[in-house]
Amino acid sequence: MSATLAAPAAVGFSRIFGPRKSVNKPPEETDAKRVQFNSRLLPYLFLAPQMAIIFVFFYWPSVQAIHSSFYLEDPFGFGSTFVGLANYTDVLKSGEYLGIARFTAVFTALVTFFSLAIGLLLAVKADGVIRGNATYKTLLIWVYAIAPPVAGLMGMMMFDQHIGPLVRFAAFFGWDLKVGLDYTDTAFAMIVVSVWKQIPYNFIFFLSGLQGIPVSVREAALMDCRSGFRRFWTVILPLLAPTAFFLLIINTTYALFDTFGVIDVMVKDKAANNPITLVYKVYMDGFRGNDLGGSSAQSVILMIIVFVLTIFQFRFIERRVHYN
Amino acid sequence: MAAINITNVSKIYSGGVEAVKSVSIDIADGEFIVLVGPSGCGKSTLLRMVAGLEAISKGTVEIGDRVINDVEPAERDIAMVFQNYALYPHMTVYNNLAYGLKNRGTPKAEIEARVAEAARMLEIEQYLTRKPRALSGGQRQRVAMGRAIVRKPAAFLFDEPLSNLDAKLRVSMRGEIKQLQKRLGTTSLYVTHDQLEAMTLADRLVVLNGGQIEQIGRPLDVYHTPASIFVASFIGSPAMNLLRGTREGNLLHFGSQVLDLGRAAAFPGQITVGIRAEDLRIATSGEQALTLKVEYIEELGAQRLVHGMIDGKKLTASLSPEIEIDETMALTIAPERLHFFDADTGKRLDQPFAGAESGRMSAPANVIKLETAL
Repeated sequence: MSATLAAPAAVGFSRIFGPRKSVNKPPEETDAKRVQFNSRLLPYLFLAPQMAIIFVFFYWPSVQAIHSSFYLEDPFGFGSTFVGLANYTDVLKSGEYLGIARFTAVFTALVTFFSLAIGLLLAVKADGVIRGNATYKTLLIWVYAIAPPVAGLMGMMMFDQHIGPLVRFAAFFGWDLKVGLDYTDTAFAMIVVSVWKQIPYNFIFFLSGLQGIPVSVREAALMDCRSGFRRFWTVILPLLAPTAFFLLIINTTYALFDTFGVIDVMVKDKAANNPITLVYKVYMDGFRGNDLGGSSAQSVILMIIVFVLTIFQFRFIERRVHYN
Repeated sequence: MAAINITNVSKIYSGGVEAVKSVSIDIADGEFIVLVGPSGCGKSTLLRMVAGLEAISKGTVEIGDRVINDVEPAERDIAMVFQNYALYPHMTVYNNLAYGLKNRGTPKAEIEARVAEAARMLEIEQYLTRKPRALSGGQRQRVAMGRAIVRKPAAFLFDEPLSNLDAKLRVSMRGEIKQLQKRLGTTSLYVTHDQLEAMTLADRLVVLNGGQIEQIGRPLDVYHTPASIFVASFIGSPAMNLLRGTREGNLLHFGSQVLDLGRAAAFPGQITVGIRAEDLRIATSGEQALTLKVEYIEELGAQRLVHGMIDGKKLTASLSPEIEIDETMALTIAPERLHFFDADTGKRLDQPFAGAESGRMSAPANVIKLETAL
């Protein structure tokens, strides 16, 4: 079940990024597969809806953001003044901004690492279960069917000052957990809830990836290597690399952007000294502080960060990924 | 190198299905044993139990005097060649060969020497730096063999290793496997559903059916004295003709047609008679004969397979291409070449004659006369 659910996406991904490497494919083969259109215009027509969506929802806002990042906007929309790179220099000189950037880096790294690691661990264990494995897998995947805001809310309830079981659990060890008041405690809760929400997603992909590894290859490894731990690192994990790489990018993006809801619920209407990520800062400055120019500059910086990160991942990590 | 003793081994799945039923095989050191049978006969399950990929429900498996029932697959001192090669796709050919040795802590110099030796033996030296996906099916199969060879195990296990290759390559690889095994002298257990592969490779073959051993024996012994109707129909191509017959005194009736056995036989009236296609020959005038109504002919070049009916029952004869084919043909067979099986149990009935060799001597006088005339 999980395989059919998740495999197409993973396959699609490797198909999108895989062929870059297959330079050794003879040109005739690719030519033979090329579809011939009667009209030169027709292929562009087919592409148009997709292009329109990308343009309206991605390029246009991006251009708008870049444009307004060079202006000081009037908070009430009466006019704007060109200020050059002032918005950028202001942002980059601000100690507060750099602190948030530092927290975002730590937050993203931890959330990505733990959601990947726990998802992988659960998938490996679920894959190894022989008796009642369907039930076990369904129970783990089930969580994914819960709507993300509901899941987020449930996570938050766990850390509620009055009824949260995790707060009581921490108190049991003498830890006075104060989410929304204490910087470290809030950061801790944010990371836990963000990781918790993402685990089922990673679990599904890792499980389908594991099931895609040929049984005979595992059996060959079983005869070649006694240690299960070593087998995992030398055979299973390398063969999972395409899935893991795909999830690395998805999870990084998730931690950078999609944790917005979690952060919002956790720090909204709370005391000021709480950890937030860059995305939340963009929202705060733009929509709470009405500093559209500064907010735009931050968006552009964020865009550049993601761009650089993705290029880095593809250049240095994907090189080690083996696509079948 | 070691002997393998399989004693009363059974495989019972959780649903109660018995895939292998109390099988015992003693494999001598250096012997090439082929497990052959139709799909679902339990041959792969048996091999996988020896390999350690399936738990042994009952019985024991010993490799070189060591019971390995509860030993990890990696510690059984065996190497396996899989049907779909099962190469590690992310490793180069060199690393595929070296992986098992590295995990055993073999010194680097020795690994290099062994890989080089195996690569030379299998002529895959120029592919050592390639990944498996850049290899053809035959080359991958060689790498899979190389991975087994470098380990220098007590036994090789082959699980239908040639099934994914095309017919021509299969024949040449078959020869190579046989030569290689002879040269290395490693005890081998080979699973196949292809009776031709089984006949050509085996020192002894084990015919399995429904999880049970039908017969163990040298290929020619199995071919010439099949222990049951199942073995008779499974081993040999074209398959042995099996006709229902009735014996009355010295006479064997196939419906309206009669064959004189020349002497009394000590088995019941209703029997199944087995006739190898190549044992049939054209009857000369005056000789007793079965009349075959020819239906169609398969030309194989060296011989010609004539398919037809004898009293409503199918029969195939393998004849020389020089013999002219009529609509009906008179065929005969030396009585001692007939195989008799119990019609109910399918088991072979002992030859009614006093052994194959002396039986041929004491065959009816007219047959001897005609044979010398031919």
